[in-house]
Amino acid sequence: MILDSKIPDGPLEDKWQNHKFSNKLVNPANKRKFNVIVVGSGLAGGAAAASLGQLGFNVKCFCYQDSPRRAHSIAAQGGINASKNYQNDGDSVYRLFYDTIKGGDFRSREANVYRLAEVSGNIIDQCVAQGVPFAREYGGLLANRSFGGAQVSRTFYARGQTGQQLLLGAYSALNQQIAAGQVQMYNRHEMLDLVKVDGHAKGIITRNLVNGAIESWSADAVVLATGGYSTVFFLSTCAAGVNVTGAFRSYKKGAGFANPCYTQIHPTCIPQEGDHQSKLTLMSESLRNDGRVWVPKDPKVSEKLRKKEIRPRDVAEADRDYFLERKYPSFGNLAPRDISSRSAKEACDEGRGISGTGFGVYLDFEDAIGRLGQPAIAERYGNLFDMYQRISGESGYETPMMIYPAPHYTMGGLWVDYNLMSNIEGLFVLGEANFSDHGANRLGASALMQGLADGYFVAPYTVANYLAQVGAGVPDPDGPAFREAKAEVNDRTNKLLSIQGKRSARSIHIELGRIMWEYCGMSRTEEGLKKALALIPELRREFWSNVRVPGKGEQLNIELERAGRVADHLEFAELMCHDALNRDESCGGHFRAEHQTEEGEAVRDDENFSHVSVWESKGADTAPVKHKEELVYESVKMATRSYK
Amino acid sequence: MKLTLRIWRQDGQNGSGRLVDYKMDDVSPDSSFLEMLDLLNEDLIESGDEPIAFDHDCREGICGMCSLTINGIPHGPERMTTACQLHMRHFSDGETITVEPWRAKPFPVLQDLVVDRSPMDAIQQAGGFISVRTGSAPDGNAIPISKEIADYAMDAAACIGCGACVAACKNASAMLFTAAKSSQLNSLPQGKAEKDRRVLSMVASMDEAGFGNCTNYGECQAVCPKGISLDFIAQMNREYAVASVKQIFGRA
Repeated sequence: MILDSKIPDGPLEDKWQNHKFSNKLVNPANKRKFNVIVVGSGLAGGAAAASLGQLGFNVKCFCYQDSPRRAHSIAAQGGINASKNYQNDGDSVYRLFYDTIKGGDFRSREANVYRLAEVSGNIIDQCVAQGVPFAREYGGLLANRSFGGAQVSRTFYARGQTGQQLLLGAYSALNQQIAAGQVQMYNRHEMLDLVKVDGHAKGIITRNLVNGAIESWSADAVVLATGGYSTVFFLSTCAAGVNVTGAFRSYKKGAGFANPCYTQIHPTCIPQEGDHQSKLTLMSESLRNDGRVWVPKDPKVSEKLRKKEIRPRDVAEADRDYFLERKYPSFGNLAPRDISSRSAKEACDEGRGISGTGFGVYLDFEDAIGRLGQPAIAERYGNLFDMYQRISGESGYETPMMIYPAPHYTMGGLWVDYNLMSNIEGLFVLGEANFSDHGANRLGASALMQGLADGYFVAPYTVANYLAQVGAGVPDPDGPAFREAKAEVNDRTNKLLSIQGKRSARSIHIELGRIMWEYCGMSRTEEGLKKALALIPELRREFWSNVRVPGKGEQLNIELERAGRVADHLEFAELMCHDALNRDESCGGHFRAEHQTEEGEAVRDDENFSHVSVWESKGADTAPVKHKEELVYESVKMATRSYK
Repeated sequence: MKLTLRIWRQDGQNGSGRLVDYKMDDVSPDSSFLEMLDLLNEDLIESGDEPIAFDHDCREGICGMCSLTINGIPHGPERMTTACQLHMRHFSDGETITVEPWRAKPFPVLQDLVVDRSPMDAIQQAGGFISVRTGSAPDGNAIPISKEIADYAMDAAACIGCGACVAACKNASAMLFTAAKSSQLNSLPQGKAEKDRRVLSMVASMDEAGFGNCTNYGECQAVCPKGISLDFIAQMNREYAVASVKQIFGRA
C-alpha cells in the first residue's frame, strides 16, 4: 500500500492557493463527457453532488433514505464553526486551525486542517446565500455562540437545528441540479460494493431497497460520503440506518482504513434507561454554555438521589461537585468532549452517578435561569428542553437534566491524501467517512464545517483535477469487474437468506454493541481489547450460522438490509479493536487506561505514535496489516493539551 | 403494559392490504412507539414471520422519515411530536392501537407501513431553492436581515418534510409543506429575485403530482410535528395570486 499524502510544498498559508493553481482543469465543453458517482447525500455528499453538477459534470447520487433530505447530517444541533471574527474577539484562520489541531490532540494532518479553517468563512457565505436562516442579532447581522474547546465565539447556528438547516441548504442546491438534469438522484439505493477497473475506482454495486434489484453503475470517479460508524456500538446517537458498509466494502477492495479506533463519545446525551432502547439521544453541546455539570460530592447522597428519596434541588450548594469547573477552571463546562465524557465516567465509577442506573450526571440550568430568566434560556435552547421532556418526562427548567456520554462521531475513516482521494485512484472520500481533519478528537461544531468544506470547496477542485488527468472513459457496467462484484453481492445476499437460524440480526448487533462499549469504549485496556478480539470472531461465527433473515431478496426487506450492515460491523469491530490495541498510548478520544497521569489525563507517546495508522485488509479471518503515515508538524509545536 | 396492535400489512405495492392483530404483553411505558414496534418485530422474526416494514431513521424527530398513522392521527395523539418521539406512557394498559401508513393518493404504499413520498421531492426540485452557484456568494453579513424576518424564515424552514400534513388532509393537499419552503425563501432578501417563478413552479408541481386543494380545514397544522403555521399558506396564496397576474402580463 502506497501512502503519498501529496501535501503541496510551500508555506502553510499558501499551500491550497498554489495547489488550486497547479491543478489541471477540464474545458467547460468537455465536462459533460465525465460521469461521477456520489454515494451519500448528507452535507458532504449533497454539497459535492450539487457543486459538481453546477460545474457541468454528470452526477449520479445515491442514498439509502427515501429522500436526500433525510441524511443524518440533519440531526446535528449546535452549530458550525467559521473563523469570521465577526465578534472581534481575536479569532483568525490560524486560531481556528490551531484550536482544531490541539482539540484533535495533535493527531491530524496540518495542511488539511489549515485548508479547512481557510475555507470556513466561505461556507457561511454560501449557506446564507442559499437562504439558510442563521440566527441574527437585532441589527440584522449574524449571531455567534461559544462551543467546547475554544475561547472565542465563532459558532454560527440556526436555533438547535443547524444541521437540518445546512442540509436543507445543500438539498436545495442539489434539487436545482436534479431539476436541471445534471444530477440523477437514486433514493432507497444502498451501496453494497465498490468496483475497480485496472486499479481505478470506476463504479459501485447497489441494492434497490424497494424491489431488491442488484444493479451495477459505472463512472469516471467515485465519491464516498457515507458517514461514520458509531452504530458499531449499537446504542449511539446515530440514526438507525447509519452503517459502515460503504467504507468497509471499499476497505475490503484495497482502500486503507485510517485510525478506526478514534471514536468520539459525546458528553451530553440522555442516559440509557432500559433494554428496549434503540438509540441514545444527544442534546447539543451548546447547552454547556449555560448549563453547569455536577454530581454530589458524597456517593451516599447520590444513592439517595438514585432511589428518589431526595430531589436534586435538595442537595446544598456546598455538597455539589461541579467537577468540570473544578478540574478545568479556564474552560470549565466547555472543556472538549473527550475530557468532559471521561470526567463524567470517572464520577460515576466513583459511585457518585445519578439516574436509575447510576450512569448519569446533572446538567443544571438553575443559575442561568436565575441570571437571564427562563424566556432567554427558552429562546436559546427551547427545542432541546422540549425534546428532553418528551423523552424523560421531566422539565429541564424545573429540575436539572440528567446526561451521560454516548458514542457519537467517528474521527477515523478511510485514508485520503490532500486531494481527499484514497489510496485507490479515483476513489474520493469526504466528510465523516474520511479521517483527515479531526485527529483523535473532534471539536463541537466542526463536523458540519468539514462536511461542507469537503463538498463545496475541496472536492469540486480535486475531483476535476483527477478527471482532467485520466480523461473520460466510462467502462461498461456489464464488464468483467462489474459482473464479478455483482456475483459476490448476490452470493452474500443469498447466504444471508439461506442460513435461517434462530437469532435476529438485531439481537447479535446488541451483543456486539455491549462488547464494544465494554472493551473499546470510553476507556480501553490491553486486557480488555484482547478479550474483545477473542469474543468478536465467536460472535461472527454465531451470526453466519444462526442468523434468521425472513423473506426474499427481491422485495423490500428490512431484515436483509439490517443483516448486511450487521455483518460488516462484525468484521469492522475487530479492525477497531486491532487498532485500539496497537495504539499503545492515550490520545483524544482513544483513552488507554495504562497511559494516564495521576490526575487521570491522557498521556500521549509522540515518539512512537505520532503517525496515522492505516490498515490494509487481508480478508475476514486474517489480521490486517498496518501501514504508517508519519505526521509532520511544520507550523505548530506539539504540546500536552491543557484546558486547565 | 399489555397492548393489542392492529397493524396494516401489505405485500408490495400491488398486493392487497389488511389489518392484522398482534398482542404484546410486556411493553415498557418508557419505550418509544418505534421501540415497541422493534420488539414486536423481534417476536415475529423469532416465530418465523416476516417483520413489519416501517420507515424510520434518526429517531429524534428531525429526519422526517417515520410516517405512521396511529389511531387515525398522523404521528399519533401527542401534539408537536413525531412517531419516533412518541412514548408508550401516553397510552393506557390494555389499549388497542391501530397503526396504518400515510393515507394519500400521491403516496402509494410500498409495503406494510412504508409509502413512497417522492412527489414531495419533486415539489422542492421545481423551485424550492435559491439559484446560487458554489463560490459565488457575497459575505454573509453583506445583507443585514432583521431578526424578525430571520426568525420568521426559520419558523417556516423547520418543516421536516414528513408528509403528515398531506396524510391528515381530506384533500391530500400538500399546501402546508409547499408553503413552508416557498415562504421561507420568498421572505428572505436572497430569495426575492426568483419569488414569482418559485411560487408558480412549486404550485404547478404540487398540482401535477395529484395533491388536492386546500379548503382551510387546518388538519395539517394540527398534526404538524414542527408546528408549521397556516399563515404560510396564506402568504403563498397571496404570492401566487400576484405572480399569476404578473404572468398574464409576461412579468413573472
